[in-house]
Amino acid sequence: MKLLVCISKSPDTTSKITFKEDNTKFDENGVQFIVNPYDEWYALVRALELKEANNGSVTIITVGTAVDDAVIRKALAIGADEAVRINSEPHDAYFTAMQIADYAKTNDFDIVLTGKETINYNGSQVGGMIAEALGTPFVSLASKLDVNGSTATLETEIVGGVEVVEVNTPFVVSCAKGMAEQRIPNMRGIMAARTKPLNVIEPSAIEALTSFESYELPPSKSACKMINPENMEELVDLLHNEAKVI
Amino acid sequence: MSTLVYINSNNGLAKNTLEAITYAKKLGEEVIAITTGSADDSVLATLGQYGANKVLIDRTVNTDDSQQITNVVAAAAESMGSNSVVFSHDFIGKSVGPRLSVRLKAGLVPGATDIPRNGKIRVNVFSGKAMGFVSIKSARKVISLLPNSLQPEGGGENCPVEEFNGNAGIAGVKVLDSKVPEGEIPLPEAELVVSAGRGLKGPENWGMVEELAKELGAATACSRPVADIGWRPHHEHVGQTGVAIRPNLYIAAGISGAIQHLAGVNGSKVIVVVNTDPEAPFFKAADYGVVGDAFEVIPRLTEAVKKFKANG
Ligand SMILES: Cc1cc2nc3c(=O)[nH]c(=O)nc-3n(C[C@H](O)[C@H](O)[C@H](O)COP(=O)(O)OP(=O)(O)OC[C@H]3O[C@@H](n4cnc5c(N)ncnc54)[C@H](O)[C@@H]3O)c2cc1C
Repeated sequence: MKLLVCISKSPDTTSKITFKEDNTKFDENGVQFIVNPYDEWYALVRALELKEANNGSVTIITVGTAVDDAVIRKALAIGADEAVRINSEPHDAYFTAMQIADYAKTNDFDIVLTGKETINYNGSQVGGMIAEALGTPFVSLASKLDVNGSTATLETEIVGGVEVVEVNTPFVVSCAKGMAEQRIPNMRGIMAARTKPLNVIEPSAIEALTSFESYELPPSKSACKMINPENMEELVDLLHNEAKVI
Repeated sequence: MSTLVYINSNNGLAKNTLEAITYAKKLGEEVIAITTGSADDSVLATLGQYGANKVLIDRTVNTDDSQQITNVVAAAAESMGSNSVVFSHDFIGKSVGPRLSVRLKAGLVPGATDIPRNGKIRVNVFSGKAMGFVSIKSARKVISLLPNSLQPEGGGENCPVEEFNGNAGIAGVKVLDSKVPEGEIPLPEAELVVSAGRGLKGPENWGMVEELAKELGAATACSRPVADIGWRPHHEHVGQTGVAIRPNLYIAAGISGAIQHLAGVNGSKVIVVVNTDPEAPFFKAADYGVVGDAFEVIPRLTEAVKKFKANG
């Protein structure tokens, strides 16, 4: 079984978010980058479990520049066999997805896995775009994935519940909570990651379709109104008459 | 020129679909709604009240398969000459929107929270810690609207409903079973949410949370550790690595307010925090705070809500 896992970097979850150049760029100064948690905890770990049970290989792929190699090595330390970096800034989701699809087209993967979204842009776009470019089915927001030969059974989030679905390989899946448990890389994994292949390839000629023009921080909250814990009638009254939410 | 809106009509017309129609109307062009499945014409015609000029339905499609729906929506966009396609940013918007973007070579803005202003569309980024303003460079556009970003505006007339055949092809994804718990309000669309964390000590204590939620007509949610240790189901986990929500009211009991938790809930209009620790970080993000024991405060609040409802 040949598995391709799409990896994005994202700022550490505790990062303070600030912008520079007149609020047009994210200020990376002092920001620690991690493997996007959905990509790592769910997509990558489930891919490794499937490989362990069925044999095969796990390749990770990212669209990024040389500074991202550190994040790629982290993902290799968790257990992927090899990595591919498409050597470009990821200009937008379309650009990123088309680059990955171009690579996937020539490499016959059984399953392409992504996280359900990144924690920086939260778009939930790349998986569906890759599926369309490859002309394969797409299962989004999957919380369970089992494979038997060329047939996979998945659970996915739908409005207010879950659906159990079946699909044949090849397909693309975006992975959400429930699919696997986080794995902490051990020393052996970290050592091995240093010598695993990291193939850098040049991007295809693709134009981005969107761009982020500027950013804003949300308005800061006014001071919290404290309510006497004995007096919940007052809270209900405020929620009704002042906040007007009930 | 027209704007095409994909409508999920499988279980009646949910609020987020009416929001999508209202949004499309605000874009200023003719609004064509396209749906799949087997909804009654009489139900679909009411979309006119929110701004649809016409509803198309392809009854050959009876699943949520992203390839089939993409085929139908692309065909409708072609035949209606629509340059903009609007979705709700729900599970269908998240699977069909990206496919359609590639199919039509149309820039996609996922999770829009406002109509375009000066050619830019606002979205939440960094899990709600900031907002970004996106421009689309292509002539065609796909926009998926974050639920609860605007109120549906009704008051218009019913509109015609027409059959449409978009040559959907076959579904690559076969549905074996679907489990939708009866009577529960789905979290992402809920306007009111009652949430609790590790401060509740154990799963056996969630009865009071459910009771308050029931009294308010609210959905229930929880912090990540509570879902991780299995006190509550995973789909209730809100935060940066769970569901991001933006209800009108978020009541959090026994949750400390870690930055990763706040990231998923700070889009809420009003936040109420109940915590024994006056120094809990959550109070900094709250509108109303109660320093007290959730085991006393929550039942008391439930009683107060009952009384309020009884007095009309
Ligand atoms: C990469 C990463 C991602 C994460 N993503 C998320 C996420 O998406 N969502 C999320 O929630 N967390 C997330 N976390 C975890 C987060 O950092 C916190 O650990 C978590 O939110 C804490 O949950 P809690 O508030 O329920 O528990 P605690 O931090 O243990 O807080 C319990 C609170 O209850 C109060 N309390 C105790 N007894 C009572 C009582 N009787 N009445 C009232 N109050 C009481 C305490 O004062 C305390 O404030 C993430 C962490 C990491 C590292």
